[in-house]
Amino acid sequence: MAEARTLVAGEATGEVLVLEEPLSFWGGIDPATGVVIDVHHPQRGANVAGTILVMPGGRGSSSSSSVLAEAIRAGTAPAAILLLEPDPIVALGAIVARELYGLVVPVGVISAGVPTDRRLWVRAGAALKIEPA
Amino acid sequence: MPVELTERDRGMLSGAEGAASALAMGIVVEMADVMGADRLIDVASAHVDSCLYHGLAGLNFAERLAEGAARVSVPTTLNVAYLDLLHPGLNRVDPETAANARRQMDLYVAMGARPTWTCAPYQLAERPAFGEHVAWAESNAIAFCNSVLGARTNRYGDFIDVCAAITGRVPFAGLHRDEERRARLVLRLDGVSERLLHSDALYPVLGHLLGREAGSAVAAIVGLPPDTSEDRLKAIGAAGASSGSVAMFHVVGVTPEAPTLEAAIGGTREPEVLVTLGRLRSARDELSTAAGERLGAVSVGTPHASIAELQRLAGLVASSPPRVPLFVNTGRDVLAQAEAQDVLPALEAAGVRVVTDTCTYLSPIMGEVDGPVMTDSGKWAWYAPANIGVDVVFGGLQECVASAAAGRVVRDESLWGSDG
Repeated sequence: MAEARTLVAGEATGEVLVLEEPLSFWGGIDPATGVVIDVHHPQRGANVAGTILVMPGGRGSSSSSSVLAEAIRAGTAPAAILLLEPDPIVALGAIVARELYGLVVPVGVISAGVPTDRRLWVRAGAALKIEPA
Repeated sequence: MPVELTERDRGMLSGAEGAASALAMGIVVEMADVMGADRLIDVASAHVDSCLYHGLAGLNFAERLAEGAARVSVPTTLNVAYLDLLHPGLNRVDPETAANARRQMDLYVAMGARPTWTCAPYQLAERPAFGEHVAWAESNAIAFCNSVLGARTNRYGDFIDVCAAITGRVPFAGLHRDEERRARLVLRLDGVSERLLHSDALYPVLGHLLGREAGSAVAAIVGLPPDTSEDRLKAIGAAGASSGSVAMFHVVGVTPEAPTLEAAIGGTREPEVLVTLGRLRSARDELSTAAGERLGAVSVGTPHASIAELQRLAGLVASSPPRVPLFVNTGRDVLAQAEAQDVLPALEAAGVRVVTDTCTYLSPIMGEVDGPVMTDSGKWAWYAPANIGVDVVFGGLQECVASAAAGRVVRDESLWGSDG
């Protein structure tokens, strides 16, 4: 059975963007625009703003929590983030943005089954529910 | 699984020690749940990266903590920030950003953290003891702390670092636990020449490969010389925490939790990756985004140069002074040592531009550069193209200094040859 787990609760709908490789938000996205700027990333130039972002996980940088919180504040963050592997630093950025601004970006972990739908509805609560939208 | 809290934890959570402690404890407890921890543990010290300005969110968080009368409760050092306070002429930042960045720095100092402004806190006089639990942020420092010092920290990001410093508590999970520190992957060097093993150019490249292979897993490296220096281990960790999420690695016969491979992996069998010269050469090539001889500037000292690295640089530039701008980043404590030992005057006499408190790849210190920038750092090479919009060429320190002196890229290809 595929394990799905909520890291940060919330609800969101959006277009799906599946990242093929891990992405560090710091040095990886421009928080002013949401555009992927990491020159090593195969999807450089894609925009994460407003998407249901499906990603394997982050990379090293411990500043990624700050950059995600800043992107959430600036309105350039994904609408929701679904990780294939738990990444506490991603969850942390979403938690702090919620504490500071009341802006909610749900974060969940899906261990199997990268969604193939174009749009998704995500409800991260006691259980993580993901449905086509 | 609910997190088990002590009476003091619960008190802090409900505001008994002020609004900032309540916010900080709330975040620590929520992160304990995220990380699957069933309880919290004490930390002896903290290294905080939240002082680096990335926009208003980080500043607003510091302001919220300050409004709640935040004080750190354990010895706390501060990471690099956005400004060089010792060399203000180097900062090329608009006044509003500079004011925000400065305010964020000042707020953390006012909370009782030490203004160390370095990404290499392991170069400071006091450092965590073997086995001690600490809360460190800054990815290269995390890798060094776990791997080289044998102290225990998770990969703490901005915000929870200072929450841990305020509360003195972290979730008991991940690398704080014995079983999570064992290697799950072995990288075995195969056919790498003695000359390359004794060149500093190898170590960032090996770290870059480690990050690519290991991702977030703990790996054990087999085949490095028993006298591999802390500076070389620093270079491995910094690169591995950039291309991957490496928070700990073992070097068998070198790092403290790996006297033997068996000790590092804990008696199981783990998958093995052969690190051949060919793989190292392609990893090295991945670290450059430019080819050819064009050179605009050189930047070394990422993570911050140690006193030994500054001494070596001073020796090299004495006979080959740079013709293009050559920057070196270091911490202000190391700078004070360099001043006392006459290393700083030697660097300055040769025209080396010394940067402290920040780093040339996260603040626009270099200004307009006419051509690619050469670096001896895997981490700088990884991040600089996106952060400051330059092309990079990777090379060892000797190659960097020779290139700066020649005004064009000079690399020693024979180092990476099969008969090297």
